[in-house]
Amino acid sequence: MFLNCVMILASSLTLTAHAQVPVIKIDGSSTVFPITEAMAEEFQTAQRGKVRVTVGISGTGGGFKKFCRGETDIQNASRPIQTAELENCRKAGVKFIELPIAYDATAIVVSPKNDWISSLTVAELKKMWEPSAQGKINLWSDVNPKWPKEKLKLFGAGSDSGTFDYFTEAIVGKAKSSRGDYTASEDDNTLVTGVANDKFALGYVPFAYAQENTKKLKIVAVVGGDKAPMKDKAVIPSRESVENGTYFPLSRPVFIYVSEKSLAKKEIGEFVRFYLQNGASIVPEVKYVPLPANAYKIGEEHLNAKKLGTVFGGHSEVGLKIDQLMKREGAQ
Amino acid sequence: MESREALLANIKTRQKWDFVFAVAGLLSLMFALVTLLALIVDLAMTGVPRINYEFFVNFPSRFAERAGILSAWVGSFCIMLTTAFCAIPLGVAAGVYLEEYSKKNWVSQIIELNIINLAGIPSITYGLMALGLFVYKLKLGQSILTAGLTLGLLVLPIIIVTTREAIRSIPNTIREASYAMGASKWQTIRYHILPYSSGGILTGVIISLSRAIGETAPLITIGALTFIAFLPTAPFDAHIPFVNFKWLMDPFTVMPIQMFNWLSRPQTEFHVNAAATGIVLLVMTLIMNGGAIWLRLRFRKKMKW
Repeated sequence: MFLNCVMILASSLTLTAHAQVPVIKIDGSSTVFPITEAMAEEFQTAQRGKVRVTVGISGTGGGFKKFCRGETDIQNASRPIQTAELENCRKAGVKFIELPIAYDATAIVVSPKNDWISSLTVAELKKMWEPSAQGKINLWSDVNPKWPKEKLKLFGAGSDSGTFDYFTEAIVGKAKSSRGDYTASEDDNTLVTGVANDKFALGYVPFAYAQENTKKLKIVAVVGGDKAPMKDKAVIPSRESVENGTYFPLSRPVFIYVSEKSLAKKEIGEFVRFYLQNGASIVPEVKYVPLPANAYKIGEEHLNAKKLGTVFGGHSEVGLKIDQLMKREGAQ
Repeated sequence: MESREALLANIKTRQKWDFVFAVAGLLSLMFALVTLLALIVDLAMTGVPRINYEFFVNFPSRFAERAGILSAWVGSFCIMLTTAFCAIPLGVAAGVYLEEYSKKNWVSQIIELNIINLAGIPSITYGLMALGLFVYKLKLGQSILTAGLTLGLLVLPIIIVTTREAIRSIPNTIREASYAMGASKWQTIRYHILPYSSGGILTGVIISLSRAIGETAPLITIGALTFIAFLPTAPFDAHIPFVNFKWLMDPFTVMPIQMFNWLSRPQTEFHVNAAATGIVLLVMTLIMNGGAIWLRLRFRKKMKW
């Protein structure tokens, strides 16, 4: 009886609920959330309440599930869409436009009391973090004999996080492949506190968290190696080094995916255009690194031309320049 | 003579153990209190300076000092209203039936056991059930109605159990006196059982609601949103019938989710906002529990047996 009541109530409600203010539904990555939240805030102010925007944080993976079922209009993603997700979208007939909207960098951090390193090479990081390091690399001196014979305490992102996927891909060479005996947390503030309180700790956190805690943490420069633009020079993450691509390989673009079907609604197109036009000014306000100005312009062109599909073959790529990326043809 | 001394020694050891237990009990109490106090003081020191009028009337924002909890507290309030509206009548009716009407046999015992069990199930289980049933089967979406029904189901067992406790505390002589005057079972319940037990029932209801207001897991499971900068549709119309229920189908966010989101930000200013939200939530729960105690005292005074 209870369920019947609910059903009758619900059907009468849904009948009356349609003639309402249009709502733009956005979900996905928690990394991209602060950017989209800021955009939604500004857009609603600009529209004076004529359009409503809702933003959820289901994570990139959880968000793509909803997006490919057609439940959301826009998807926040901290990595490109993966093959399995592409397949789901294709089955449900959901077509999309892929738009890079900002850079996110991962910073390597140690305690300010750590006086023996100021930079690390990718090879050294790999030695610390690769799966075979588990149980073997226990002391700082196991990585480099010049370093203290003290326990190496590692802190990093939990395995559900986009940061984890990207860090492992960029450092170890294979996404999700990491040693397991480190302190993992989905809450980056926990990692910050953990590293700050231990002289012999090392961790990786999103750049915004490192930047916000410069008093508690020391940011370590990264030597990219042969594939990097600066070769053997150590580069510290900063807005400039991320923007010009010299902070390699730990910086990556983040995206929004816009459903083609939703674009038929006027307000969705307006919102995405607003997003791209204000990216350069709003992105730094929420402590992310904006793309170069022309990248937003090309994004707008792609939107106008309805350039569908992803330019990634269903996986992440390391150290990609944004202008190369924007020129590629999309695949669906 | 010797036996007297032995007796005295015996009494002394017993007194010593009495003292030891009293001290241990006091220490346990102090430990719990000091921990709680430290937590609250820490929260209050960070959060209280942030609480002002703007904090309650502003929507969330990317600027910590401009951000407020308007959509969150309105969402929490609407959901509590929906929860109370569906859980109280169902819970009280079920409790009255189980206590007054149902035959006491193995079937009722199994039901009883299950209800007590349900009260202890982790809340996220209710969220998963609600996701399948309310969101996908009944297509209610991620709405205030879905959230209200989910939390309603979550607190239902608590309301049933407390209703039964309250009814059980009424002496049987009251029922017998009522029947002796020729009252039917329903009349007895309506004019005697329910009024006399309402203090206890209300206490249970309020305590269950103050549990529901802090729940996050089931709401996140059904897909509650994080950023909402508008309010549900106003329930009042300019034309007949002047009220509407459109707000039930609107998306929502609640205070614990807003708090969680701010806490996971890198900037400390947002952590201050989270602490302030925590204080608001704490005060709301305190007011609700205080209300429960006040109601119980009031009803107890009114009872004349």
